[in-house]
Amino acid sequence: MTKRAGYVFVAPFMVFFLLLFLLPLGYAGYLSLFKDQLVGGTVFAGLANYSRALADDQLLHGVLRVGLFFLVQVPVMLLVSLGAALAIDSGLLRAARLFRLGVFLPYAVPSVVAALMWGYLYGPSFGPLAKLGFNPIGDTLMLPSLGNIVTWEFAGYNMIILYAALRTVPAERYEAAAMDGAGPWRTAWFIKIPALRPALLLCLVFSVIGSFQLFAEPKLIQSLAPTVITSSYTPNLYAYSLAFISQQVNYAAAVSFLLGFVILVVSYAVLLTASRSRR
Amino acid sequence: MSRKVSHWRLAAALAASVLALTACSGTDTKTTKSAGPVSQADIDKAMTTPTTLTFWTWVPNIDQEVALFEKKYPAVKVNVVNAGQGADQYTKLRTALKAGSGAPDLAQIEYQYIPTFSITKSLVDLRPYGAEADKSKFVDWTWGQVTGPNGEILAYPQDTGPMGLLYRADIFQKYGIQVPKTWDDFAAAARKLHAADPKVYLTDMAANEAAGWHGLMWQAGSKPYTVSGTTIGLAVNDAASKKVADYWGGLAKAGVISTDPDFTDNWYQGFNQGKYATWITAAWAPAFLGGSAKPTAGKWRAAPMPQWDTKAVAGNWGGSTTAVIQGSKNPIAAAKFAEFLNTDADTTKMFNTVQNFFPASKALLADSSFAGQRNDFFGGQQVNAVFAQISDTVDSAWQWPPFLDQSTKDWTETVGTGLANKADVAAATDQWQQRLTSYAKDQGFTVSAGS
Repeated sequence: MTKRAGYVFVAPFMVFFLLLFLLPLGYAGYLSLFKDQLVGGTVFAGLANYSRALADDQLLHGVLRVGLFFLVQVPVMLLVSLGAALAIDSGLLRAARLFRLGVFLPYAVPSVVAALMWGYLYGPSFGPLAKLGFNPIGDTLMLPSLGNIVTWEFAGYNMIILYAALRTVPAERYEAAAMDGAGPWRTAWFIKIPALRPALLLCLVFSVIGSFQLFAEPKLIQSLAPTVITSSYTPNLYAYSLAFISQQVNYAAAVSFLLGFVILVVSYAVLLTASRSRR
Repeated sequence: MSRKVSHWRLAAALAASVLALTACSGTDTKTTKSAGPVSQADIDKAMTTPTTLTFWTWVPNIDQEVALFEKKYPAVKVNVVNAGQGADQYTKLRTALKAGSGAPDLAQIEYQYIPTFSITKSLVDLRPYGAEADKSKFVDWTWGQVTGPNGEILAYPQDTGPMGLLYRADIFQKYGIQVPKTWDDFAAAARKLHAADPKVYLTDMAANEAAGWHGLMWQAGSKPYTVSGTTIGLAVNDAASKKVADYWGGLAKAGVISTDPDFTDNWYQGFNQGKYATWITAAWAPAFLGGSAKPTAGKWRAAPMPQWDTKAVAGNWGGSTTAVIQGSKNPIAAAKFAEFLNTDADTTKMFNTVQNFFPASKALLADSSFAGQRNDFFGGQQVNAVFAQISDTVDSAWQWPPFLDQSTKDWTETVGTGLANKADVAAATDQWQQRLTSYAKDQGFTVSAGS
């Protein structure tokens, strides 16, 4: 009886999981095995799309670019999030609630609004940054500029996760630390940050996925700098342009699957490194 | 994306209320075989039988033109659906055609996308419905654009964008610049103006504007695409194309023109703040500019494009057609609606007065109430008359490829990037050719190198 009740409870999730996730995934996998041409129609292609993708320079460059993005942007963002979370938790901050809301707010701003705003700030002729003498959306500064937007958007989100984790640290530990004469800095370093390990790891894995799937921000900035952000700037942009501009849905499906595989490997590597270093 | 390379001028227009989407076409495609001429009796019957046609278009306020049709043919109702602008609509249309249901009876298709849809045999040949008799009503080159490789008539021209030169008369006067008649004059003026005021550029050659660039290639006599069935001639790097590339690449390298992406905030500000002294653009642009660069009202004038040669030639940028979609259960009524919408004296006039369209209709172009209109934004100049003359000089041999989106993308990443980076733009056309050739081969076309 209770067993059956369990299935009933899990059913709504499973139904949607199946319909909206597994089924499309399976269909994409199926599509990736074919080739559809303007002349000649659809033919079975086996793994040809995959072997082509593995040798595709544009895809490789996209993956390397988001890899670099991940290595630089994510540590910066997590440091900002950690700092903000510790600051709020320290109890030393005035108007802590307002601060928390302020840091979190960008996450709630719709990405189209965010793009308009940053588009203005980054404007190469009349934007305030351009007036300072550099072009934030030129060839060299584009990746840092995108990193800046992503940090602005997601630092608050990660802060909330970290702050929630800090609230679960038992008060006894702080008392014990105080008894041993630890000030706020030492408490943060020896008590809070170690307690945050699992939460930081969670943020890190989310960020792996977010970085490698980078799409919305470059897509929105693309109209401002179409020759810098090419159609293969990130792997997801590449898959999008293959499907909707080049009409190569099958190849796009194969590229997406390979990207999924890369994300899986990197996430696993992150988790593995973390669990090793814990020992 | 090729995106706003559609009716940009309407971008500011309010989002048309999407009527209930009652898809009324089926998978029953008896109409696919090319039937013989339809008799007048059949037409009369079709126009008096109660019918509902679905029409996908992003033209704002087109209900006004549709109402005139419904008044004349009360039995036929037209359900106007805004399925998105340009690329958005095409994606939906492709999906519906692939799925075999949900496609409309009629759709708005831009000239440059007709081959994209005719290669999949998605457009109904209008010859059996008497379309050939309408040929003389349209400007020649527009009729060439809607005619397929075997003489099929695939759509009715609705509006056009013959290209000319809009310029700031005040800036020209201030720096003693004459309106350039040739491209050599234009280049000299670009150097002179930028030297006199480093903040001002004679023009902006947007590094993302493949559509405008195609118009320049068109003027120069390039023949980049020649399609016959599954064989396609590709020559996006032919001599005329390279001439255009070399010319603009040289000016960009010298830094005397800008290459800012167009239709961006930065670009609008450029016009408002007098950064660009001209805009090489199409006949729809005067109305568009009047709405987006208000502070410069009265300072603009229009002129024909500078020329390569003594003979006046122009290209085209933009404009749309009305096509009947394969699978329509009421092809007669649909064809007659498309005909009425684009040939009736009142509807064609209304397209100009309500939607600011530049006409494809010969009668309207010659109409003094159209050509004689004075435009205050252009200091009272008769701008329509200027562009009506230009329209006569558009070369009618130009063809579009069946994969324009790909060509646009490849252009941006080769020629456009070359312009922006002040690199060798003529060499970039070779890369464009190379990329497009391998794409066409991959899509199963037989590719011959050029015209």
